[in-house]
Amino acid sequence: MTRTLKTTYVLIILALLLAPLVVVAAVSLNGPQTLRFPPVEPSLRWYGELFRQSEWLVPLRNSLVIAACAAALSVVIALPLALYVWQRRGVAAKALTGMGLAPFALPPVISALGFMIFWMTLGGYGQIYATIISHGVFLVTLPLVTISLGLKGIDPLLIEAARVMGGGRWVVFRTVILPLLIPYMVSGYAFAFVLSLNEYIIAYMVAGFTVETLPIKIFNALRYGYTPILAVVSVIFAALSALIFGLIGRFGNLPRLLGAERVTRD
Amino acid sequence: MTDTPSQTAAPRWLGLWPAAMLTLFFLVPFGIMLAVSVAHRDVSGFYEWGFEWGSYARFLSVFFAKVMAVSLSVSLAAAAICVLLGFPFTVFLSAMGHTAQTRILVVLLSVLALSEVIIGFSLSTLLSQTAGIGNLFHWLGLIPEPRAYTPSLFALIAGLCYIGFPFAVLVLYPPISRLDPELIEAARVMGASGTRAFFGVIIPNLRGAIVGAFILVFVFTLGSYLLPQLLGRSEHWTLSVHITDQAIYQSNLPFAAAMSVFLMLVALALVGLASLAGRERGAA
Repeated sequence: MTRTLKTTYVLIILALLLAPLVVVAAVSLNGPQTLRFPPVEPSLRWYGELFRQSEWLVPLRNSLVIAACAAALSVVIALPLALYVWQRRGVAAKALTGMGLAPFALPPVISALGFMIFWMTLGGYGQIYATIISHGVFLVTLPLVTISLGLKGIDPLLIEAARVMGGGRWVVFRTVILPLLIPYMVSGYAFAFVLSLNEYIIAYMVAGFTVETLPIKIFNALRYGYTPILAVVSVIFAALSALIFGLIGRFGNLPRLLGAERVTRD
Repeated sequence: MTDTPSQTAAPRWLGLWPAAMLTLFFLVPFGIMLAVSVAHRDVSGFYEWGFEWGSYARFLSVFFAKVMAVSLSVSLAAAAICVLLGFPFTVFLSAMGHTAQTRILVVLLSVLALSEVIIGFSLSTLLSQTAGIGNLFHWLGLIPEPRAYTPSLFALIAGLCYIGFPFAVLVLYPPISRLDPELIEAARVMGASGTRAFFGVIIPNLRGAIVGAFILVFVFTLGSYLLPQLLGRSEHWTLSVHITDQAIYQSNLPFAAAMSVFLMLVALALVGLASLAGRERGAA
């Protein structure tokens, strides 16, 4: 197959992936309260409306608070886990890795029901901290994978050298390992943040009726009919995700973060 | 333990904190869920501890068999389409330059991260009567009147493919991008055409990865909760929808828990199969 054909294939698939978003972006520009494509009387009216209506601002704030805290929690759990498992191979290390990877390998509805029953039994059901902890634990996999990748890339000689120079564990960690890991921690945080922001089923089952997040609000609003605000929120969320991943791609090595080894920067 | 360094960088006690957190917030919830699945249903909306197989016995019904058949076949179709489209996509992607790869990966990750609600809403808009492709077809003169293509089985499978595709590509991406280019080069030098090299060298070498991606997308779409409600009709509701429905609207936690345990066993069996397939590749 020629190069042009290959590129065309990739571009067609990308176009298909972007088509719904393009339609939604256009729909968000409708002036009157209608979903038409192409938009009627284009205006940015509904973008302003979003920031005036508290029924949308409260879920937006909830989502941001939950995502920021949950992503931090997942990094705080994943960092020591990755450090412990690194250079160790035993039953404990294997079990810990398995537990760190499991939440993501199962259909999320299972974790969601587990969390729901757990918080019902313990009494955190319907509280925002329950959503934060549930998301934090559910998303541990992401920073665990990125930080482990970072650790794999550290030259053991570097650590040996620091140790020979008389550095203790803590000094070696602070001056050698941590600075090398920070980009991986940041991208792990960003991955977890974006996924928490968009997560529906766990947030819904743990505290859906009291702590409304944006995805829950969108779904509830969908039942009462369409308004262009739905399109506006979708556009903002998609743009936010693209911005965060774009930044990772700009300042980090995205292909390597996702597991490629042969790609070099050009 | 002689080959380990004299001192590991992380002290042993460091493992205690993640172990405690994951045990408390991951293993314990699963334990409770297992216990609830055999508990007695309390009509007031909660449950009484007990031990009975009643909730599992309900699996042996025509209704449940239908739900299972719908869930499995819809996810199987989506997984097959995703891998079929995603495999060549990933092969072409990994041959591109760093900048192009980064840009495409940003698009894929953004799509992957999109909430199912937003995907469901976007697709139902795209397939709707007023703002959808029906208009385009009408304008092109293909159909007499603009029409809606949702809710339907087609819309549901399209939605599942939409969430599954980036996942398939990201699972296939590491093994494909690590595939030794010299292998293909060798095949070409020996006189194989591009297509022959593709089917004769690339695909057999990545059989494990393909099976793995297929099963992971299958499990991933099996867990989809919102798309069947937004894009499908009620007869297309999958097991995930019924689990949530039982837990929240029917207040039957034991039955919901039993269905979850069942779904987990199916998922674990499949992930086990996937890792077996991966191991075979390592041994070969």
